[in-house]
Amino acid sequence: MQQMLALDFMRNAFLTGGCIALAAGLVGYFVVLRNQVFTADALGHVAFTGSLGGLLAGLNLLIGVFGSCIAVALAIGTLGGRGRGRDIAIGTVFAWVLGVGVLFLSLYITARSAATGSVGVGVLFGSILGLQPFQVVVASITGIATCIVTLVVARPLLFLSVDPDVALARGVPTHALTALFLVLLAVTVAESVQAVGALLIFGLMVTPAAIAQNLSARPWLGMALSALIALTVVWAGLVLSFYISFPTSFFITSLAFLAYLASLAGRRVVRRLA
Amino acid sequence: MRDEVRLVDKKPDGRATAAVFDRAAVRLGGKVVWRDVSFEVAGGEFVAILGPNGAGKSTLLKALLGIVPLTAGSVKVFGQPVRRGNDEVGYLPQRRRFDPDLRIRAIDLVRMGLDGGQWGVPLPSKSKQERVEEMVALVGATGYAQRPVGELSGGEQQRILIAQALVSGARMLMLDEPLESLDLNNQQAISNLIRGICQRQGVTVLLVAHDVNPILPFVDRVVYVAGGQVVCGKPADVIRTETLTRLYGAPVEVLTTSDGRLVVVGQHEPVSYHADH
Amino acid sequence: MPQQGPSWDLVADIQLLLQFHFMQNAFIAGTLVALLAGAAGYFVVLRGQSFAAHMLSQVGFPGAAAGVLLHVSPVLGLIVFCLAAALGIGWAGRDLDAGHRAESAAVGSILAFSLGLGLLFFRLYAGSAAGIYSFLFGTILGISDRDVQLTLVVAVLSFAALALIGRPLVFATVDPDVAEARGVNVQMLSIGFLVVLAFAVAITVQIVGTLLIFALLVAPGASALQLTARPGRALALSVALSLAFTWLGLALAYFTDLPVGFFITSLAFATYVLIRAAKGAALVRGGRLRFREPSFATPS
Repeated sequence: MQQMLALDFMRNAFLTGGCIALAAGLVGYFVVLRNQVFTADALGHVAFTGSLGGLLAGLNLLIGVFGSCIAVALAIGTLGGRGRGRDIAIGTVFAWVLGVGVLFLSLYITARSAATGSVGVGVLFGSILGLQPFQVVVASITGIATCIVTLVVARPLLFLSVDPDVALARGVPTHALTALFLVLLAVTVAESVQAVGALLIFGLMVTPAAIAQNLSARPWLGMALSALIALTVVWAGLVLSFYISFPTSFFITSLAFLAYLASLAGRRVVRRLA
Repeated sequence: MRDEVRLVDKKPDGRATAAVFDRAAVRLGGKVVWRDVSFEVAGGEFVAILGPNGAGKSTLLKALLGIVPLTAGSVKVFGQPVRRGNDEVGYLPQRRRFDPDLRIRAIDLVRMGLDGGQWGVPLPSKSKQERVEEMVALVGATGYAQRPVGELSGGEQQRILIAQALVSGARMLMLDEPLESLDLNNQQAISNLIRGICQRQGVTVLLVAHDVNPILPFVDRVVYVAGGQVVCGKPADVIRTETLTRLYGAPVEVLTTSDGRLVVVGQHEPVSYHADH
Repeated sequence: MPQQGPSWDLVADIQLLLQFHFMQNAFIAGTLVALLAGAAGYFVVLRGQSFAAHMLSQVGFPGAAAGVLLHVSPVLGLIVFCLAAALGIGWAGRDLDAGHRAESAAVGSILAFSLGLGLLFFRLYAGSAAGIYSFLFGTILGISDRDVQLTLVVAVLSFAALALIGRPLVFATVDPDVAEARGVNVQMLSIGFLVVLAFAVAITVQIVGTLLIFALLVAPGASALQLTARPGRALALSVALSLAFTWLGLALAYFTDLPVGFFITSLAFATYVLIRAAKGAALVRGGRLRFREPSFATPS
């Protein structure tokens, strides 16, 4: 353990991964509750193209990720699209978005030649062990900020998610809150891309929340559990990948998936006993 | 305080007016839903809002809640202009059931009616907890309040939602088709519950219904919405062949069956697509 | 890679295009893929199973990686994994619908896990980044003779199966209750189609990759169904569109040296948008809908 924490990049990974995990777990709870899993997926696709587009334009990778995710999230909110996986139009649009991402990737690799080929893999599957110092700072601060904002709006957001008609009648600013949540979602996706990658976002944003909802129907306990499970999965994944040189994001998604299966089984047992 | 005294009209029998429509009109999507609507609801009354599909029954409630703005006239609730988030008003919207996979406890849903709209993380509060439990007990839902709301039956969900509507201290309850999609036993049980709340707690009830029969015995007055107009009065005065024929502008007949049920025949219900589903 | 740009002389360009063995392989495999994907895609859209196609392709990713790792054909790995996933979906009974909270969470978890597993396999193989990209986004390189043979076998088998079940499948899709009453085994048909879909996905991944499967397996069928409601015509149109996207995409990728996935998705997207726009214009001009849209294709 000491050996592990003596390494600069491991300390960075624990700090950043922890902040990102808390935000992803907390926001993810609402993603599952509001049934917006596929909006998160779509934003992951956008994050891939956005980050490579940012790189290609000579900008910072982070500007590309955050900019594109927030812009698309707001567009989704304005168009009122629900981002359901079955929707053909949305599937076609986001396949195209990924296609453009591949174009950017290929252009970027050609432009820089050699040794940059893995930048795309980093965006797709995460590169938490290879974070640069400014990424550590930005990701940690935005992670904590996302948590705080989410907690401040959590109560009306919960109301709005569960019971929109009554929430409206009770004076909850439904439109503003919906838009705000999409921005929070976009920021969290952009963050999570750095930890687990654009393709494995589900593993950090959806699986812990789904486990938490399997374990408890108490909303506040559920939020806490979701954040804690995400944190545990990320840290455990980091520890495992330190000892076994498999990709960190493989461990994160596998641990999350195993825990999810366990929670399903547990719920079934409880139901049978009850 | 002085304002309130001035605004609340006292009826001759000493009961305060709960809701007043004064030449009110609403236009949705360029179409007039109803206009020149004027009627009063006294405190503690049980009022049924009836009418064909798409006539604007739900819109009437939404105007009272301040969700739908008026294009003319005024609406007041307990002497005050309508506004969203009024603690004295409880609302149970027309809806389908909650998804079976919604993992939120029933009691959490009731709690939302109390402080669900406030910002920030709620701190544990004994008084709020007690208030919630009291309401759950009032509707007879204590036995299943800890279970996820999606797992409850339609009748159980309806009781929980009534508790949610009442928990903020509501003196007026607005129920949009609360008996829809319930079986006969549950229709009976829920309408008895609502009547009990009306009589024992003195809560004014405005209930939108498709069929007046399950609640006919307890209804003090009927508001009948049809053809962009509204007629208000005692059930026996409103649900009559002459009144309804005038309201519909077409021949309509009210029949009474041998067990006392009212049936409206020849009702020309235009095929309408509800805007407010 | 290409020594010369296109000369805009069609015959010469096609000769140029097919001068290398890898491009011949890409075109043979691509044609088979387009035929099957177009045909299967029509049923996918009609049945509202575009999400199942999406899921199968992502579960296929570790299969392809395992095929590479074990030095057997990646196509074989894809087929095994896709088939297993298809049978899993069939066994789960109901259609995995992204509209439901619990199911979309379950599906999301499975997808993340399988992609993570694929990443692991690729790392174990110590493959280059390009290897991963080709299975995520498709490639025109590296389709071996053995892959072409496998593709041919799979495509022929799948076509035979589709020809066999096509008619009752349309019936069972449009009106399952009546079909059931008329003696059609709806359940078996559903699983049978999932198996065909698994084959179609497995070979389509070679050309457009795991992530861009929508472009060949869903977009042509969706575009075709926008234009016509006649099953025969829609099926033919879907196949034609899919062939056009594939051939054009391969040729453009060859001459520009840019990724084939970009061109195919762009063609698919542009076609879909144009058709929707034309439909919208027709609607405005004629004051009514000219083209018919089958109402059962879009879930309420």
